[in-house]
Amino acid sequence: MPKLEHIKSALVIGSGGIVIGQAAEFDYSGSQALKALKEEDVKTILVNPNCATIQTSLKMASKVYLEPITPEVVASIIRKEEPDGIVFSFGGQTALNAAVQLAELGVLKEVGVEVLGTSIETIRITEDRGLFKKAMEEANVPIPASQAVYSVKEALGVAKDIGYPVIVRTAYVLGGGGSGVAYNAKELKSIAGPALVQSLEHQVLIEQYLEHWKEIEYEVMRDRDGNCITIAGMENFDPLGIHTGDSIVVAPIQTLTSHESQMLRSAAIRVVRATKVIGECNIQFGLDPNSERYVAIEVNARMSRSSALASKATGYPLAYIAAKLALGYTLPELVNKVTGVTTACFEPALDYVVIKIPRWDFPKFRGASRRIGSQMKGVGEVMAIARSFEEVLQKAVRELEIGKIGMVGNPDESRPESILKIKKALRYPTDERLFKIVKAIKFGVPIDEIYDLTGIDRWFLYKIKNIVDLEKELRSVSLLEIDEDALALLIRKAKRLGFSDLQVAKCLDMEERWVRRFRKEHGITPSFKIVDTTAAEWPSKTNYCYVTYGDQEDDVDFTPKKRVIVLGAGPIRIGSSVEFDYCTMNTAWALKEEGIDEVIVINNNPETVSTDFDMSDKLYFEEVTLERVLDIVERENPIGVVVSVGGQTPNNLALPLARRGVNLIGTSAESIDGAEDRSKFSSLLDDLGIMQPDWNSVTSLAGAKMFAKAIGYPVLVRPSYVLSGAAMRVAHDEEDLVSYIEGAAKVSPKYPVVISKFIEGAKEIEVDAVSDGENAVIGAIIEHIELAGTHSGDATMVIPTRSLSERVKATVRDYAKRLAKALRIRGPYNIQFIVKGNDVYVIELNLRASRSMPYTSKATGIPLIWLGAKAMLGKSLSGFEGPTKEPIPHVSVKAPTFSFVRIKEADPLLGVEMNSTGEVACIDRDFAGAYIKALVSSGLSVPSAGAPILITVRDEDKSKAVRLAWRLRVLGHPIYATRGTARALKKAGIEDVKVLAKIGAKRENVLDCISKRKVGLVINTPAHGKHGTIRDGYVLRRTAAEYMVPTITQIETADALTRALSRGKSTMTPYSLNEVLRSKVV
Amino acid sequence: MKQGVSPSPSGKEALLVLEDGTSFCGVGFGAVGRVEGEVVFNTGMVGYTELITDPTYKGQILIQTYPLIGNYGVSPDHFESDGPKIEGYVVRDLCRRPSHWTSKMTVDEWLERSGVPGIEGADTRLLTRKVRVHGSMLGVLYTYQGGEVDVDALLEEVKQVSDPNKRDLVSEVATKEVVKHDAGGKFNVVLIDCGVKRSIIRSLIAIGLNVIQVPPTTHAKKILDINPDGVVISNGPGDPKMVPYVTKAVKELVSARIPMFGIGLGNQIVALALGCDTEKLKFGHRGQNHPCLKVGTNQCFMTNQNHGYVVKTDSIAGSGLKVTFINANDRTIEGLAHTKLPISAVQFHPEASPNFATDTQFIFDSFLKTIKAGG
Repeated sequence: MPKLEHIKSALVIGSGGIVIGQAAEFDYSGSQALKALKEEDVKTILVNPNCATIQTSLKMASKVYLEPITPEVVASIIRKEEPDGIVFSFGGQTALNAAVQLAELGVLKEVGVEVLGTSIETIRITEDRGLFKKAMEEANVPIPASQAVYSVKEALGVAKDIGYPVIVRTAYVLGGGGSGVAYNAKELKSIAGPALVQSLEHQVLIEQYLEHWKEIEYEVMRDRDGNCITIAGMENFDPLGIHTGDSIVVAPIQTLTSHESQMLRSAAIRVVRATKVIGECNIQFGLDPNSERYVAIEVNARMSRSSALASKATGYPLAYIAAKLALGYTLPELVNKVTGVTTACFEPALDYVVIKIPRWDFPKFRGASRRIGSQMKGVGEVMAIARSFEEVLQKAVRELEIGKIGMVGNPDESRPESILKIKKALRYPTDERLFKIVKAIKFGVPIDEIYDLTGIDRWFLYKIKNIVDLEKELRSVSLLEIDEDALALLIRKAKRLGFSDLQVAKCLDMEERWVRRFRKEHGITPSFKIVDTTAAEWPSKTNYCYVTYGDQEDDVDFTPKKRVIVLGAGPIRIGSSVEFDYCTMNTAWALKEEGIDEVIVINNNPETVSTDFDMSDKLYFEEVTLERVLDIVERENPIGVVVSVGGQTPNNLALPLARRGVNLIGTSAESIDGAEDRSKFSSLLDDLGIMQPDWNSVTSLAGAKMFAKAIGYPVLVRPSYVLSGAAMRVAHDEEDLVSYIEGAAKVSPKYPVVISKFIEGAKEIEVDAVSDGENAVIGAIIEHIELAGTHSGDATMVIPTRSLSERVKATVRDYAKRLAKALRIRGPYNIQFIVKGNDVYVIELNLRASRSMPYTSKATGIPLIWLGAKAMLGKSLSGFEGPTKEPIPHVSVKAPTFSFVRIKEADPLLGVEMNSTGEVACIDRDFAGAYIKALVSSGLSVPSAGAPILITVRDEDKSKAVRLAWRLRVLGHPIYATRGTARALKKAGIEDVKVLAKIGAKRENVLDCISKRKVGLVINTPAHGKHGTIRDGYVLRRTAAEYMVPTITQIETADALTRALSRGKSTMTPYSLNEVLRSKVV
Repeated sequence: MKQGVSPSPSGKEALLVLEDGTSFCGVGFGAVGRVEGEVVFNTGMVGYTELITDPTYKGQILIQTYPLIGNYGVSPDHFESDGPKIEGYVVRDLCRRPSHWTSKMTVDEWLERSGVPGIEGADTRLLTRKVRVHGSMLGVLYTYQGGEVDVDALLEEVKQVSDPNKRDLVSEVATKEVVKHDAGGKFNVVLIDCGVKRSIIRSLIAIGLNVIQVPPTTHAKKILDINPDGVVISNGPGDPKMVPYVTKAVKELVSARIPMFGIGLGNQIVALALGCDTEKLKFGHRGQNHPCLKVGTNQCFMTNQNHGYVVKTDSIAGSGLKVTFINANDRTIEGLAHTKLPISAVQFHPEASPNFATDTQFIFDSFLKTIKAGG
């Protein structure tokens, strides 16, 4: 059947700001869908407030709305644009929920919008457990014993019938939010309560828990003629019970017989046929490791994290094809883009193995539990490709960038640990389980016992053991005695098992460079292979490459060309997210436009657009490590490497690459060092007469105390070369300082600690700019709403600035220009300032693209990354005209998105450590409008009319609290407060404050009020001081997070919110980027 | 060149040489010995036990394009015949610690016991690309323990290797006597065994057909004497023209108007019997992901395939046959049916495994329908 000719325009719904369970995979799938629709001349209208994404570029969609994805706002966009169709399968759970609500509101029918692809009816079947059960029975696919319940009491009854352990699952919630395993009634109560609140339908499922069953996933495509194909079968390394998003996943399936695979594959197809999916569908199965019993666990009738992974793992462009199917095409009519000659109606054959490992960031969250389970907690992921399991596993571990050089050879691995403790760690998995397995093997725990404790198939465990055994062999080598050929053979073996040169060097007690030289002398070099979907059966056109050891031949085209390599950002983690993918890809595209023949991207995050094989000229799905980048440079022979657009990961390679003679495209390594080396940068600022907060690098505790005393508390304590405030802390007094340094940091001549003056009550601002070494183009001055002390990644930002004097702005511009010239910056850069009164201090300069650049570009229309790419190639920016007058004067506000609900026990409090997982930005005619939109987009529901508001703040904030309480009273919100705050409010004349009993009180206390969701908003600022108060505040914020009551922990944020609310009901009028900007290249 | 693979516990080594002069040293496994054959590749990612025991591989040295082989060990439950049928086995990474509840032994142990040599550590992708570009090649695999091997001598030897496709491979793998499989059903079919896979017999039984498995040399008259409700011509190895006696029998059966159904080699034999011609594909179809279009519809099926020969498209005219399936990628013939007689055949493998159906199970169902209709 040909495409639906009457569809001339389509609304595509995105997934909003990144939160745990919903990350960059939806930038990838949305971008693919937009591309597929655009090719068919369908006008695309995208709604997505995630300004850091590539899909929100005007290059990708015909129209872009950075607006909240609420049914109301999307409805007004539909009424305004009157699209012919709507596409919601590419924006995760957010888009899917929005579509279901829009259908219920009747908007789609009213405007006559056709649902493209999978129908709303199908979604209901896959999301509603009752309907799902019925559909599975019809498809003859077994499911675990389960029942949907609507209350805790009901849950307890059902669990009793099914028998413990049970797993609680939620409907319409992304990433398994709210779910968990309960072994008894008490545990069930604590899980089911919040889960019922988090579910859109206030429905949860109590399900039989199949401990240690294998978890297997299938990605299936179906067209409207009923043709079905399975693109990938994937096996979870971790057994059932650990969320697939938090599981290590391997493709293809490794430990199932052909019969088992076929059995599950055909069940998957029956499911998809029964639910009438049109497009893409993910199905998760549980399989008994000791029989052929299986159950279907979950069905996602939309693009998902797993489908993005399957796309990258196989080279089959799932989202692209799914979009074509939504437009009415059928599979046999479409062509496999990888070969260009074969049909898209086929199942990829892999001749390599792929692994995905989640990236967690628990240390970033104060107090967070590191346990993993049925609720997803990972913030990102990496994927690796190789031709042996050992190699692929070690590559992926390095890609995680968690300080591990592989599975073995890491510093603390041989540290003695009690066997009991190791076994406990195996039984109760955390983010560190992989390394606990290594430890267990090293300490002689038998594989069978590790299996019993973890449920991880012995096949995987034996592979890990191969790595451990080889390390032992390497370590036992005596370089004086071993014959050179024998050593070469051993190193060849090690490389085949994925050992890096550094790992080999550690085991042999040699230098990495020596290992590299030795192995090259002995011809031990990797092969460069391609992913072609057909296992070499058909000739292929792609440039989707990977590097592996143990083979003899290269498939990659190395014919001399003018090449540039752009290094990507690696996994998403707190502080490095999809914004760097935007920067990577926009740089790649701009370089191409500037006359580079072949732009090569190296990256390893399977979620992203940059790891999509047809986005750049050539893609290496590889480690962004020195060794691998050098391997690729040696073969590809590029004119240079761009290190400045992928965040800190590639930036850290600037000096090592330059030292090995690799040409950097853009700012020189010396300049980068000049900005990152604190002393050099400090002298530069002094030379230029630019102020900076007092600082010193100390090498002893005594030195730290002395210096802190000299400059006066509070002080900021941190190590050098930091990203997003890792290990950074504000010390308010000497006790604080000592306890921090002694408890959490090291101080020695080898590990100096930087102490700097923390300026209280100051504003923080930033500049995003580009320079060609002479001229600087300033994108914008960005003002933070929160005072200095909140990490810039967590700050609410506004463009244009609201409260800066002309004098301050002029100083900032002047500093930015002079610094660019002094450091001969060629490319993008970002400066962070602190402003107190008219004093402007520079606190940080990054000679690379910044987190906020996509936002700045979309707020102003200045294509910073494109200009940066030009400047890197040595072109002058002098001709560039600043932004012309905008068609609609507007304000853009960027707000962070948080995932505290997922990270058990983490304190949802802002500070110098970054905690947010994503960001959104919205546009309106004034600050109040844009700010409310941004907050709503960030998931913070604005309190409904008349909803009570709980205020409980520290003493310093009480006078400000009075002002905002007044405003809230006027708006008609009843005020609840704890005793101290209530007293202050009453004293100021606010009479009708309801005083809530403190935590622990018998009568209805502040926690009951939150858990019963009697308040619409909590304003709580933390106290320094008495431990009990700190503890109470923590419990209060945590409870609010679990029960999803919006909480604000900064008085400035609360102040801005109440002011915005006071401006009257926000009209939420949507504005597209096309309307407010002249530029079309942001 | 040693490839840095862990040596096999037995310390075996192996050498593979191809007729184009490619030679490759690796670690040896399975049996010690020298074998020769046509070097082919299969792109399936799972199911090595089934492939190794598929009689269609007679005369062939099999390369697995998927690099990790042997993961779930070996269970006789998965055999497609009484044991390994391949001549030699080429893999990149052989699992010596398999993990599965059905596993009875490792691939290494199994092949050693069965006398099949193997080589591990090969750049199987390189070999696959060579076969794709050059077409199927003849090769020699030599697995040895201790001592030196004269590579040059082997390279000379490989030039002398005779093409197994010039042989009657069918008679080497097919049954020598009649075997009855009673399904307790109403209808009897004769299965002309050219090297049948067990799952074909299982599939026929599953639809309630009593199967009388006969040797390929069985005369038409003998078959007609059984008075079957239908005849199935099975899959099998090699060139269909090497078994003219089967074609002859089928030709005679055609005039008896018995419902007939061919699979794989059976498809080619049906075509030859009706006057069409066959030819060799450059490197064959071997894998689990071959898309086949049902002619006249927009339906496309994923099929399992294993054939080096194919019915020539331009030879169909005038034979009374029409094309029912074509390969969606290279447009070659994947299925035929007679316009007047109750005869049909498919080039791919529609057979099911126990407990579940494949995408093309309906083909068996329609054969059953033909039988019920009495032809």
